[in-house]
Formats: sequence, C-alpha cells, structure tokens
Amino acid sequence: MSLFIFVGEYISALNHIFIDCIECIKHYFNCAVHKVSQIGGAVIFCLHHQTIYCKPKKSIERLLVSKMALASVLGSDYADFSFDTDKSYAFGSGLAAEPTSIDNLSFAIKGALGSAEQDDVEKKIEFLHGTTTLAFKFDHGVIVAVDSRATAGAYIASQTVKKVIEINPYLLGTMAGGAADCSFWERLLARQCRVYELRNKERISVAAASKLLANMVYQYKGMGLSMGTMVCGWDKRGPGLYYVDSEGNRVCGDLFAVGSGSMYAYGVIDSGLRQDMSVEDACELGRRAIYQATYRDAYSGGQVNLYHVHGEGWTRVSQDDVLLLHHKYQEKL
Amino acid sequence: MISAQSFGENGKMKDYHHTGPVEYRFSPYTFNGGTVLAVAGEDFAIVASDTRLSEGYSIHSRDSPKCYKLTDTTVIGCSGFHGDCLTLTKIIDARLKVLYFLVKCTWLHMYKHSNNKMMTSGAIAAMLSTILYGRRFFPYYVYNIIGGLDEHGKGAVYSFDPVGSYQRDTYKAGGSASAMLQPLLDNQIGFKNMTGVEHVPLSKDKAVQLVKDVFISAAERDVYTGDALQICLITKEGVKEEMVTLRRD
Repeated sequence: MSLFIFVGEYISALNHIFIDCIECIKHYFNCAVHKVSQIGGAVIFCLHHQTIYCKPKKSIERLLVSKMALASVLGSDYADFSFDTDKSYAFGSGLAAEPTSIDNLSFAIKGALGSAEQDDVEKKIEFLHGTTTLAFKFDHGVIVAVDSRATAGAYIASQTVKKVIEINPYLLGTMAGGAADCSFWERLLARQCRVYELRNKERISVAAASKLLANMVYQYKGMGLSMGTMVCGWDKRGPGLYYVDSEGNRVCGDLFAVGSGSMYAYGVIDSGLRQDMSVEDACELGRRAIYQATYRDAYSGGQVNLYHVHGEGWTRVSQDDVLLLHHKYQEKL
Repeated sequence: MISAQSFGENGKMKDYHHTGPVEYRFSPYTFNGGTVLAVAGEDFAIVASDTRLSEGYSIHSRDSPKCYKLTDTTVIGCSGFHGDCLTLTKIIDARLKVLYFLVKCTWLHMYKHSNNKMMTSGAIAAMLSTILYGRRFFPYYVYNIIGGLDEHGKGAVYSFDPVGSYQRDTYKAGGSASAMLQPLLDNQIGFKNMTGVEHVPLSKDKAVQLVKDVFISAAERDVYTGDALQICLITKEGVKEEMVTLRRD
C-alpha cells in the first residue's frame, strides 16, 4: 500500500501526464491483483490534488468480494476473513480509522471522498423497495403484517411471495428490498441464532439477533445490497422489534412500516393504534393498513399476510387476498 | 476527476487527444433469448422450453434445448445468457454428484438400495439458491425454473431470479416471452379473473396440450421464441421427452 502513496507523491509533480499516470497505476494494480490475491482494495492518494481514487476496478472487487462472499457466507469461517474486511471493504471508514502516515491530510481526504464517489459507476442504482411491510408492538405482543407482491421493474413477478421469514419459532423477519438479499441473510441469521442457542443453552434475544444481522450486512455496505427488514420476537424483556437495513441502520422502536407503501400504512396505523387493544382489533388494524397501502401504491398488492408474536412464539393469523378485502370493506361502508 | 469522464457514457468514443486513453465498454453478458415454462400437477410436472438460440438479430442454433435433466424426478429449465446456463448446469451436476458420493460413503452400511437416495426437488432448489447467491456481485444471468416431484410425489415448480430468490409455484413462465405467457397461465391454470368457473384440477393430457398451445402463441409474437418445443414430462416413472415443431421464422 505504501508503495502507491510514494509513487503518487512523485508523479504529482508532473502535471501534464498526471492523469495518464493515475490510469496507469490503476491498470497495473489491476494486473497485479490477479496475481497476488493478498492485495485488498485500490486506494490511490493524490497528494497534489488532495483527492482520492478509492473505487477499485470492477475486476478487483469482483475477485475479492466473490472470494469473500463464497468463503465466509457459504460455510467455512476463514481465519483471515475479518482481517481482510478491515483492509478491503471499509473504504470510507477505514481511512478515518487507520492512522496514515499523512495525518495532516486525513481530513482533506475524507472531505474529498464524497466527490470521488460521484464517478463511481457501480454506486447506487436506487432500488425501489416495492413493498409494504409493517410491525407494531402493543400490550399483547407484536403484530406483523405484509403484502405479497414482487416486482422486477414494472413487471409483477409474483403475487404470492412470502415476505415474512420464520427465523425460528419465536423470531420473525420481514422482507423489503431485494428478495434474494433478504431471504439469504435472514436464513443465515437463522443459522447464527441456532448456533447461539447451542453454545449458550439459551434462546437468543431479539436485540442480539438484530445486531448479528446488522453486523453481517454492514460488511457489505456500499456494495449494492438492498435490504430493509424488521426483526420481531419475544424474549426475556418482552416483545422486541428492531428495524435493520443494508445501510447499517439498526433502530429499536414500537412501530415501523417499510417499503414504498409505508407512508399509507403509517397513516392508518397512527390513527388507530392504542397500546391496550385486543388481539383481534390489532390484527384488523394491521390488515387494514396493508390493504390501504396496496390500494394506493402500485408496487404493493397480492395478499395480506398477518402474524402475531406473543409469549409462546409466533402464530400465523391470516392470509387474505386484497381483492376480497376490498369487497369486504366496501360492504361495510 | 477529468480522467473519470473519458469512460462511461455508454461507451461512446471520445477524442483521444483531449482526454487521454479511452475505455471501450466490455460486457461479460449477452442475451441469448429463449422461453421456459413449468407446470405442476397433482402427480406430475411438466418443464418445457423452446430450442432457439439467438443473439441480437441472428439465430445461432435451432436445436438448443434449455431443459436439463438433473435427477429422475427433477428437470431444470434455464434461459438468459447461454454461457452462464451451461456453467450453472455443470456446477449443479457436479454438486449433486459430490452429494451422492458423500451419501454413499457415509450411509452405505445403513441401506443398500433406497428409493430416497435422490435429492428432492425442494432440496435442489435450496441448493441452487445458495449457488446463485454466491455470485451476488457478478450474477449468473440465468432465469431458472425447476420442475419436479416433491417428497410426497406431488408436482412442484420452483422459480428463481438471477440472484437466488426463489419460491414454490404451481406454474411459472420464464425467459423472453414470460410476460406474455404468465397472464395466460394465470387465467387457464390459476382460474384468475374468471367468475363462476369450476376449478377443475389439471390432467396430464390437458396440461401437455395447454403447454403446446401456449408456446405456439409465444412463437407468434416473440422473435426470440420458436423453431421447436421440447416438453419434459416428469412422473414417478421418470422423465419423458417430446419434441414439437414451432414456427421457424
């Protein structure tokens, strides 16, 4: 790594071929990484312009990420997994955390980081989280309600997707964002929770489970994972509800709605929620909120799946087709 | 930052002397067309695909079927980028062989000839999901549909997206003509948007005839679908293949 810092310093003096040299460095680095698998990331410090090129070429990332993804995620816990992480993936945070030899420039580098990411082609195709999922706590536990539509662009790929993932008999996870990302990471979370149970002879708490998930996806931050999930359960402290997403947020709360139809759902829930509601009333409120969201949001629809989490675990309450709910509510008017 | 502008921008060439070396966009993917369809019945499953392999305006082959037999009770249909289809099926085959070998080694003393040596369709589907997700950041550009019999002998269809999200269905169309076929299947097999119609379960012959009709319609309106249709009928007796000609234009 230090090699490139010195080289950068050298070439900054030669202004007119500066740009070409940066490209050369990138190119040679690219070639090198194919030979030497230990190299992580590509960080080129440009001391003259005080900018930093920190997005490696696709091939480097692909090599490392696919290796890391395969190695760590698909089974064996490699000893060097966590070591690689610090060097390869924490582009932004790593720079701030690691003491560099050019301490006086660390703030400048951080400042320019934002502009460096603008030319990043891989950065942020904004995924539309086309869904509506909600969960809220009340006196008798947690109600989880979701729709069941999966879209691929404007095409409805499926109207019968299961967006509530049953992690274990007392923990549920909801799915919003990329379907593969949510189902894969939550399945991995189920495995981690089981390992925790075996090691500690005790069920895992909702806080710990959500923390495990948040830490797992944080390592892939910035790489395009799209996941907005709520971890709901019942543990020693009573009902638990956490919101975890692929940006690294992990928030504890009493009420969450996630997805493109979340605003519509919030409106309905906020106007009807009381902590001392009965279980049937709470279920009906959740169902109504999802129905209203599917009515107004084009990317939500299908069926409303409802779960109730209580002291003995979770129960699947109902599955109602939105069209039938529509007729039901119309008659009531 | 000036150097960054010289590439990107749809790979259009920029003046060399202004901005330095130019990068031509290389895409590792291409779209080879093809449609796949799978239907699950009470005790059978059907996986069907057309056999045209195209690229852009050309047809590379009229005899390139997209259904691959994995076990006696499971067939997978793959459409999208043909290179990734081939590699993916090779990888699945290899993984299955490894698993059989391991099973044989460890359980040989437990039973000699057992009917449930084979991996069930559900297990193969779960395995494919993790294989696809392993390439989350450089995906296999393949739309997969698995058709087969589950452990109770009932028909099962599992549909995938390119990164491994999957679910069990009764029927699914994938590939270039999927958006045309799926609504037709919703209506004919799912009885959606029809009122006052008796939900008759699908018989084997009706299902095969429906699949043929549906592909004939797809070949009429989708340029990437045509030439011939390969139908794999999966029952507890095994996998039976049938070829039907389609429009070759």
